[in-house]
Amino acid sequence: MAPPDAAPAAPPPGPDEGPTAPAVLEAVGIGKRFPGVVALDDVSLTLRRGEIHALVGENGAGKSTLIKVLTGVHRPDTGEVRLDGRPVAFARPSDAQHAGVTTIYQEVNLVPLMSVARNIFLGREPRNRLGLIDFPRMHREAAALLAGFGVTADVRHPLGSLGVGTRQMVALARAVSVRAGVVVMDEPTSALEPREVETLFRVIGDLHDRGISVLYVSHRLEELYRICDRVTVLRDGRLVHTGDLADLDRMQLVAMMLGREVSEVRRHGRTGFGEDHHPDREAVLTASGLTRRHVLDDVSLELRPGEVLGLAGLLGSGRSETAKALAGALPLDSGSVTVAGRRLGRPSPAAAIRAGVSLLPEDRKAEGIVAGLSVRENIVLAAMPRLSRAGVVSRARQDRVVQVFMKRLRIKASGPEQKVGELSGGNQQKVLLARWLCLEPKVLLLDEPTRGIDVGAKAEVQALVDELAQEGLAVLLISSDIEELVEGADRLVVLRGGAVAGELTGERVGEGELLEVLAAHAPAAGSGPDDEEVRHDG
Amino acid sequence: MKSLTTPRSAGAAPEPPAVAAARAGDRRRLAVLVQRQGVLAVLLLLVLVSSFVFPSFGTLDNARNVTVQASFLAIVALGMTLVVITGGIDLSVGSVFALGGVLAAWASQYGMLPALLLPLAVCGLLGTVHGLLIARAGMAPFIVTLAGLLAARGLLLALTDEGADTYLVPHGSAFAELGQGTVAGFGHPVLIALVLFAAGGLVLQRTSFGQSLFAVGGSPDAATLMGLPVARTRVLVYTISGLLAGFAGALNAARLSSGVTIIGVGMELDAIAAVVIGGTLLVGGAGSVSGTLWGVLVLAVIQNLINQIGSLNSSYQSVVSGGFLIVVVVAQRYLARGPRTT
Repeated sequence: MAPPDAAPAAPPPGPDEGPTAPAVLEAVGIGKRFPGVVALDDVSLTLRRGEIHALVGENGAGKSTLIKVLTGVHRPDTGEVRLDGRPVAFARPSDAQHAGVTTIYQEVNLVPLMSVARNIFLGREPRNRLGLIDFPRMHREAAALLAGFGVTADVRHPLGSLGVGTRQMVALARAVSVRAGVVVMDEPTSALEPREVETLFRVIGDLHDRGISVLYVSHRLEELYRICDRVTVLRDGRLVHTGDLADLDRMQLVAMMLGREVSEVRRHGRTGFGEDHHPDREAVLTASGLTRRHVLDDVSLELRPGEVLGLAGLLGSGRSETAKALAGALPLDSGSVTVAGRRLGRPSPAAAIRAGVSLLPEDRKAEGIVAGLSVRENIVLAAMPRLSRAGVVSRARQDRVVQVFMKRLRIKASGPEQKVGELSGGNQQKVLLARWLCLEPKVLLLDEPTRGIDVGAKAEVQALVDELAQEGLAVLLISSDIEELVEGADRLVVLRGGAVAGELTGERVGEGELLEVLAAHAPAAGSGPDDEEVRHDG
Repeated sequence: MKSLTTPRSAGAAPEPPAVAAARAGDRRRLAVLVQRQGVLAVLLLLVLVSSFVFPSFGTLDNARNVTVQASFLAIVALGMTLVVITGGIDLSVGSVFALGGVLAAWASQYGMLPALLLPLAVCGLLGTVHGLLIARAGMAPFIVTLAGLLAARGLLLALTDEGADTYLVPHGSAFAELGQGTVAGFGHPVLIALVLFAAGGLVLQRTSFGQSLFAVGGSPDAATLMGLPVARTRVLVYTISGLLAGFAGALNAARLSSGVTIIGVGMELDAIAAVVIGGTLLVGGAGSVSGTLWGVLVLAVIQNLINQIGSLNSSYQSVVSGGFLIVVVVAQRYLARGPRTT
């Protein structure tokens, strides 16, 4: 594991106003407590005119709360928010918006049933002389606005008919088209494709040139170093550091977020993965010719016990669909899945689980966690049939199982009876992992297991994946984090346009090689128009 | 393994995305058209067929009769449409309708203006209270307006000494004329309903308020975060519903020349049925007032037809209406599945 790039990033595109640019939006000594937690404790942040300011911290550091205080969703218990030097009290989001502070939230917040144009202009529709909405003008302006974001969709169509990335761009267009002085972006790139990320960065550059300030929240360090001028680091609801990003290298930044010594982080590397494994046994799962029109095209792969197989590819390449197909959750036109020598008949999730294949889905909230139930209940959910005798669930057996997994996966909760909804994202993910592990699977399919969880928990989940493989489980790892894939996987299968584009083994598992495969298979002549269809997952 | 290099079999080649997209677009447009105007088609078909089968149906007199009877439900259903688009429901409208009628009949002794303003004031206020309880106190619309249904009915009984007193509208007064007069044979209520629907359509489609109704129904959280006045919109829409129900009641009292206490029972359900038949989604976020107008007329025509079939007990009207409602909702779901993929 090479030591991470310690060289400071290239100097950020310095604001013309220099470090003396006046403060636009300030948070001064903000305190906010919720029942049982202090979310923010005396946190201050200054956003200067025209700067791109990174706000970072692990989950639970207080980033979201601070944003919500700045944008009028929450009111601070102590301290004040100042706009252009004057104290302001935003009672609701509309107050902040009228004052020129707009926000793009992590989860796209638009109305799917309404048309794209209506979404962009909701609340400030262009009117004609009679005071009625001027639709031709609205459609024209919306189309022109979106064209600047590289979106060419028909603005009269319902927003819900667009892909997630496009929707995010529409949200961005809306936020920017309001005459804003400050734009807050909470994880804006989490649903974007690389091409769209480039567009976003271009737009942020425009904002910067126009003297608009951006508060940029992201887990992706590369992005921060590319576009941000300054950084504010929060940890456990407190301010840890504010300063120029160029003065910090990545290691220092990560160390501040984690509250660890630089030397310690360096020793452990940036991911929690250890050495490669040496699987040499027979494949436990064999998939051949998985095909579904427009989605998967003759995908074949093998999984051996004790290995981590990485499934790489860009958004829309069919990674999630392949995992779903293996888990019996995607109807196929043709192809077969064989587990431990036995071919699965009619594919269904129940059959796959019985055969020992468990899938940790991409969307924790929608497809996995039952937030209102306790940690114990969530863990034993899938294992109920095994833990019960004649339909009666033995509480003692449940407790034993739950205790083992909470300890083994280092789930941080006040106890087995705490509601899962109250846990951090990383711990929720571990609870899900525990749910599948108590079924004693042979094959574990992990779809973006570390997405949206903080750096510390990420390393822990990665270490767990490693351990599980060492113990003989066959693991399929899907991740859009190239670093995670390359360090975590023993072997990489690269997908493109729903088909296998290549495989990397042994020494060839590296970032450069992976990028090469991804790049080498730029739309080939024979690959047909399907490559354009990149909206299937996500 | 390098399947990318093998060209796709030409026979089963998927159509180019452009064509597929155009198809999807066509299908979406068709679905939207059916969603919006399917009821109109059904209505026209129903009218056409009935006119052939029942000679007495297709007469101008019958048309006048059907429309004037439908106009009161139409006005009530107009308010209901707006409420349902926000994802809410107003169960109180039947009682408020009756209350408005009694108040108007009582006040008509003092002239036309009091006869209109009193029910509007009281019923509008009741709607505002509903709205405040729902928007500010965060109570469920179903419960709040159910309480409103009971309260309005109780108030009505108290005002009329348990229904023993009946207030009459002075014969030949301007207020009576408002309900009983005709233009080209069509009753005033029909024309008033049409004007209100035109205004309602304009408000819904061409004003910011109308847009925020859709936004609140489509995604309340998004509407809040986009800075829309969600609470104010909700309060306003229940107020409008109360106003329209009270006004319809007053108009009905003028037509009947008295404040009848026993009417309006179950009217909220007819209104909801008309709204749903008209293509408005009960979960909110989509709908139109024109659809509701056709929905009201479909229900009215069904009732009229059953009356035409002398041998059929008029009680079956509800059965037929209910069956029709199911057919419409099933059709909506079926059509919506294609285009609305998310």
